[in-house]
Amino acid sequence: MCKADIISTVEFNYSGELLATGDKGGRVVIFQREQESKNRPHSRGEYNVYSTFQSHEPEFDYLKSLEIEEKINKIRWLPQQNAAHSLLSTNDKTIKLWKISQRDKRAEGYNLKDEDGRLRDPFRITSLRVPVLLPMDRMVEASPRRIFANAHTYHINSISVNSDHETYLSADDLRVNLWHLEITDRSFNIVDIKPANMEELTEVITAAECHPHQCNVFVYSSSKGTIRLCDMRAAALCDRQSKFFEEPEDPSSRSFFSEIISSISDVKFSHSGRYMMTRDYLSVKVWDLNMENRPVETYQVHEYLRSKLCSLYENDCIFDKFECCWNGADSAIMTGSYNNFFRMFDRNTRRDVTLEASRENSKPRAILKARKVSTGGKRKKDEISVDSLDFNKKILHTAWHPKENVIAVAATNNLYIFQDKIN
Amino acid sequence: MRKRGSRSIYMPVHRRRKGREKANMYSKGTKRKFSDGVDNKAVAASYSLQRQSLLDMSLLKLQLCHMLAEPNLCRSVLIANTVRQIQEEMAHDGSWQVVTEALGGSGHGPSDRLVDTEVLCQSLEQQDGGPRLYSVMGYDGCREEEVVTDKALCSVVVGDRSPALLLGTIGHCWDRGELRVEDGVSKDSGMGDEEGTRSGEGAKMATGQVFGTFEIKNGAPGSDPALEELFSDVDASYYDLDTMLTGMQSAPKMGPYDFLDSLASSHGSVSNSSCRADLNELDHIMEIIVGS
Repeated sequence: MCKADIISTVEFNYSGELLATGDKGGRVVIFQREQESKNRPHSRGEYNVYSTFQSHEPEFDYLKSLEIEEKINKIRWLPQQNAAHSLLSTNDKTIKLWKISQRDKRAEGYNLKDEDGRLRDPFRITSLRVPVLLPMDRMVEASPRRIFANAHTYHINSISVNSDHETYLSADDLRVNLWHLEITDRSFNIVDIKPANMEELTEVITAAECHPHQCNVFVYSSSKGTIRLCDMRAAALCDRQSKFFEEPEDPSSRSFFSEIISSISDVKFSHSGRYMMTRDYLSVKVWDLNMENRPVETYQVHEYLRSKLCSLYENDCIFDKFECCWNGADSAIMTGSYNNFFRMFDRNTRRDVTLEASRENSKPRAILKARKVSTGGKRKKDEISVDSLDFNKKILHTAWHPKENVIAVAATNNLYIFQDKIN
Repeated sequence: MRKRGSRSIYMPVHRRRKGREKANMYSKGTKRKFSDGVDNKAVAASYSLQRQSLLDMSLLKLQLCHMLAEPNLCRSVLIANTVRQIQEEMAHDGSWQVVTEALGGSGHGPSDRLVDTEVLCQSLEQQDGGPRLYSVMGYDGCREEEVVTDKALCSVVVGDRSPALLLGTIGHCWDRGELRVEDGVSKDSGMGDEEGTRSGEGAKMATGQVFGTFEIKNGAPGSDPALEELFSDVDASYYDLDTMLTGMQSAPKMGPYDFLDSLASSHGSVSNSSCRADLNELDHIMEIIVGS
């Protein structure tokens, strides 16, 4: 398996028609949903490759003697404003705005030039004709329109488009910057948690996101399991948070690994803007923005790993950063786990399911079977014991269609797209 | 800022298993069997070995961070915090362990270093079903005092040595950096960073409290060479976190032996056998990695 093919981010656009993936090799692959057609009634909107382009190349920082990875950390779509689609893609240091446009028609019958493009001899032109548009093979091209560089000393972990559709934020380990989409040569620094003395550093920023409706509000999460909500109207530098979300620690479960597993790997606002969801190593928590002292819901993703933390620390799996996502209605949430398992939780019924993304277990149009990890002494048939889990097969990136029950799951270098079954 | 008062080292084990399930995908080495009943000493010793092993692992990870082309700051910070936590705890009660081993003679060899990883992840509480009580040999009449220590592991099961020795050792032999040992409700103890603002109150042992508030300053160097040897494990400046964190930011690439050198040099003239042994071990690991 080629390391460069490992998928590092997955994101649907606003309509759900397009699905973008970024990989470790710096490439972006965009899938487009096929329109339903009469002659293929069973292919209910399959996703096929629409465009592939190299977004980032490996670079070398000569000053620090470090290589800058080309791995795409995040992709975020911009709202569509014309026929073309735009997205932001970022690696550790540079954010790029790409415009993806398609041409499926070409004009034929020009007066001044012939079919090869050569100019016609003016004396040969005896009559005028109107060029006609003829269909051609669809051609999709991606062009970099903006490059937002040199604003981050540390590795960028998040980008988020603001609801004003004019600005966006980018966050690295210690700072959050605010950009205008049109301006590439400067950005505003709105959060800076770098201590004066780097030896005193004990906490880093792990994720940041803009509020979906209030363009002045954003949140950022930390490696200590806290979330800070900031209002940009309060001050130019949002070092003092408006709200501080932290769940008090359970003293009975404290261990040397408590801090590591409390580190938040992803934060996502609900579509409604009323809730936000955070993912730490073992659980997903839903917070009401109006209540700071504890989450309103907590879902255990793989609690059976709690007794294996020492081993997971040894093999570095404890540092894996899992993402999480909401469905369009905010009634369900999804996140990944190990062994190519991913979990979905229904917030209303409190039911949860574990599914597997693997080639052997899913034929096209077959229904996914629920999986179970056995934690007890007796392993039932079809259950998997914790010791048999493959910790190299991790699902870190998942995405949910904004309107329908279609999900995209990235399992290392494979992308799985699952849809709701229709009768 | 986490509350220092409530701190348990172990993670709760979900006791859905009937009997002890031995199959552990990541078990390292031999399994230790607990003797009849729970032996405080055995638990404490095995725990301290596990903790040491975790510390070694963490330091190795941090060292490797220097090697990578792209050090992941979040990971480094989390590991460094873990190391700090372990060191704080070792300073807090590690000395008691040394006392135990010195006086009681634990007799645990290096082969016992590798124990079931589950031990470290278990809740101490769960083994007994209640808050742990450790008996501390008092002095002035060998009075045993029961102490609830907020789940901090500090088993001091002293053998049949005279309590006077214990008193003596507590009194004036902590010359490895600054250690502020406080009772359960107080704040964090610094690791050689904070200046002591409290006056040293000596080793007073109030009933119900294991640790009084005595402050150990960087006093006169080893008044008693034998006692220095005793506390050779308790070296507050053992691992220079500052060097490591600074090194991470300013000097992105350290040679394979740079870390070891900085480690060695930061201790100055303090030579303790376990430090050297660990350095040798790191040295050995480095050789394997470098492939020389």
